[in-house]
Amino acid sequence: MLADLGMGSLEDLFAHVPKEIRLQRPLALEKGRSEFEVREWFSGMARRNSAARRDLVIFAGGGAYDHDLSSAARALGGQSAFVTAYTPYQPEVSQGVLQALFEYQTLVARIFGTDVANASLYDGAAALVEAVNLAVGATGSSRVIASGGVNPAYLETLATFGAGRSLELEVAATDEREATAWGAPSGQAAAVVVGYPNYFGTIEDVAEARTVANDLGALLVVVADPVALGLLEAPGALGADIVVGEGQSLGIPLSFGGPYLGLFGASTRYLRLIPGRLVGETVDADGRTAFVTTLRTREQDIRRERATSNVCTNQTLMAIQAAIHLSWLGKEGYQEVSRRCYNAAHYLASRLETIGLRVSSAPFFREFVVELPIPAEAVRSRLFDQGFLAGLAVRGRPNHLLLTATEAHTREEIDRFSDLIAKEI
Amino acid sequence: MPVTGDHAGGRASSAPLVGRESEPTIFELSVPGRLAYYARSTGVPEWPASEIGAHLRREPAELPEVSERDLVAHFTRLAARNYSVDVGSYPLGSCTMKYNPKFADEVAEMEGISRVHPGTPERAIQGWLEILSSLESYICTITGMAAATLQPPAGAAGELTGLLLMKAYHRSKKRDPRKVLIPDSAHGTNPASVTLAGFEAVTVPSGPDGLVSVEALRSLIDGDIAGIMLTNPNTLGLFETKIVEILELVHGVDGLAYYDGANLNAIVGVVRPGDMGFDIVHSNLHKTFATPHGGGGPGAGPVAVAEKLVRFLPGPLVRRETGGDLRWHYPEESIGRVHGFYGNAVVLARALAFMRYLGGEGLKRMSELAVLNANWLRWRIQDSYTIPYGGVCMHEFVASASSIKKSSGVRALDIAKSLLEEGFHAPTVYFPLVVEEALMFEPTETESPQTLAGLADSLIRLAVIASENPELLAERPLRTPVRRLDEARAARKPVLTEDQRTAAPSAS
Ligand SMILES: Cc1ncc(COP(=O)(O)O)c(C=O)c1O
Repeated sequence: MLADLGMGSLEDLFAHVPKEIRLQRPLALEKGRSEFEVREWFSGMARRNSAARRDLVIFAGGGAYDHDLSSAARALGGQSAFVTAYTPYQPEVSQGVLQALFEYQTLVARIFGTDVANASLYDGAAALVEAVNLAVGATGSSRVIASGGVNPAYLETLATFGAGRSLELEVAATDEREATAWGAPSGQAAAVVVGYPNYFGTIEDVAEARTVANDLGALLVVVADPVALGLLEAPGALGADIVVGEGQSLGIPLSFGGPYLGLFGASTRYLRLIPGRLVGETVDADGRTAFVTTLRTREQDIRRERATSNVCTNQTLMAIQAAIHLSWLGKEGYQEVSRRCYNAAHYLASRLETIGLRVSSAPFFREFVVELPIPAEAVRSRLFDQGFLAGLAVRGRPNHLLLTATEAHTREEIDRFSDLIAKEI
Repeated sequence: MPVTGDHAGGRASSAPLVGRESEPTIFELSVPGRLAYYARSTGVPEWPASEIGAHLRREPAELPEVSERDLVAHFTRLAARNYSVDVGSYPLGSCTMKYNPKFADEVAEMEGISRVHPGTPERAIQGWLEILSSLESYICTITGMAAATLQPPAGAAGELTGLLLMKAYHRSKKRDPRKVLIPDSAHGTNPASVTLAGFEAVTVPSGPDGLVSVEALRSLIDGDIAGIMLTNPNTLGLFETKIVEILELVHGVDGLAYYDGANLNAIVGVVRPGDMGFDIVHSNLHKTFATPHGGGGPGAGPVAVAEKLVRFLPGPLVRRETGGDLRWHYPEESIGRVHGFYGNAVVLARALAFMRYLGGEGLKRMSELAVLNANWLRWRIQDSYTIPYGGVCMHEFVASASSIKKSSGVRALDIAKSLLEEGFHAPTVYFPLVVEEALMFEPTETESPQTLAGLADSLIRLAVIASENPELLAERPLRTPVRRLDEARAARKPVLTEDQRTAAPSAS
């Protein structure tokens, strides 16, 4: 090949790269290894982590939940035709990914109760940022009123990206039920943001948030837990303009926080402002049903500096995995998982109340804040040694824990955990 | 068409797709009452829903009702209707569609990797922290930078993160410059990110050689320049040989230089962005470091920076304590987090697996072979297609169908669609915008000479057909799962869900 190019060595390919910047020594990296040795290195690392169920029962959520995953869904999502394809720019040979995304969009729209949904964003935090950007674009205001009950990591991410274009972010405090105390904000705003259920587990009054948004001429953005919506009214039906959320609970392993899945549903009023890819139905030259990415003029490759979102690579594989998982759950299973999460969390809360602890979140779905008489971090640490991830610390409240339970937790696990907490206090 | 002689065996990785029947949607397969789901028995008692009575859902979400067997058949058939790297060559320019080694899948699935909650205490995630710390150090060594955040989940997210770092840097110096320079050949995410970061994109024209025009750049430089965003090699696959001079001009007004790492596959171990003078560098791990693209994602776009920007990086970072343990660390003047957790962690682990597999020498050889393959493919087709820029190309090149179009009416799009029929994925078309009828090829280092020869033969054959029977190409592809689509119809009255589909009159 080199001879065909009239060259004598691989070095010649880089002869035009100025000498003074070329690396004159080998990269200071280890030498290559066989796949066996690399795998063993990673097994060694994996052994230094505590994984769910193997040696740790996880009562921690905060946007990442330990659910049971089906073998069939995993195998289907892992097919290399999905895993090793690129963005479906050539629909003639990408019908598998495109149709799976069309099914995903339908599932998300139905769960959220929105007209449409996009083909995924990076994660729950990114989906919130994009929703706020949409609202800013739609209203011309750059003021956002967010509930302090929204996941603090999402609010921080919103603040980071909001700094780019001077977003005015106001955070409304939460009350003793961990619900938002909106006060009476006046003036104009682009968006009102509320969690549903919120980070502390409380099922917020979305209708009230809608009223607040109306008073401000703002869009209502709901950050929803998709698993909760098997039991709770769809935010779309409660008047949300945009519904976003973290889709990890829909069949994606805990994965140390990623790759997860940013869910995004909206009313068709905002169709032309929706970020990310959209897959639509059409026909091919022979009149057969087919799918294609559509409304492409919204996207960065065409609109460039006038685009309202820069997203290109998204989380397609996670979206396909979620579509498969939701289809495996089915209409019944989806409601049942939701109900079982509710049962398990309430059973756990009732056990803790029996030993005299106070649960503040009310009403809650599958996650709640509980107050201990002693510092929570020490309890977390000691319970960890006994095989439990005892929830998450609550920022600024050293004696509180944020706990969750899912359909994967057994009564025996919950009882054992509650008994250990009883001994601690 | 079987390939014989010197190139026998090459078509093994380009089998045509089969099956032209439409697949019903999962909703069309649904039968009321059918179940795949089966829950574990937990012994957890039923809790009354009366507590949340006012919030209960009135209409259950209409999820499909299918058996596991039907579910498996549906998604297996869908997979069969999709082209992928595992099936065949995917010379999609700018996307680095290389083969993704299988052992990394096994790494990704290890329990101690995949089933770890992000809220696990530091002492129980030392393995994960070691992975992240090791990856940060590989990235810094490869790019010539001081430290890196691994949080950005894709290249575009890395760009925005990098631009916010740029903003934080200027603010720390009590400055507020507004303009960011971008060449006209840049990817669309660059200008979009500039706007989102609150800057104004200023386009720098390319010269006749396809490189940034230093003269034009000089005339755009003033005190309002916050920085420049470049990819080198650029999107034409050409190395910006005047890079040192370009970056000196920008640094001369205290601007910062951002390196879009989408094209890093050309230069690993050969030349480092840091040594060229860049201050901020994102890497697309889903390109250069072989993590699979997943049909469009997930990716990972870590951002590495020079020493003077380390204090602004998003937290948390992983840092070693004096005792030897790894801990989360939050830089003091951090711009704040850019992801809900720590980025696409499992993608990061896969990339590290790939780096450890190839090692320092292997990574350099990877880039050398990527550049060799691109040059050789270009050489093979240069008599059939216009090559707008001569000289040595890097890991990719742009050809043009403009002369073919002039003589026959056949467009770049027709060539791309016809290549699908030949069993290869199409190149990137109509990008970069500075080349008419652009066909952008990036063969990557993982394709054999035989596969490249097969691809070249197909391209040459298509050029011949274009001159002899151009109307044939306008019809293609004929044998793919579907033929060309009515994209205008899809956009005119968008049908984005099953519900909109059933509400609208049927498609056919
Ligand atoms: C040159 C260039 N820059 C930036 C990007 C954006 O990267 P990502 O898709 O990972 O967001 C791409 C990829 O599509 C690219 O090719």
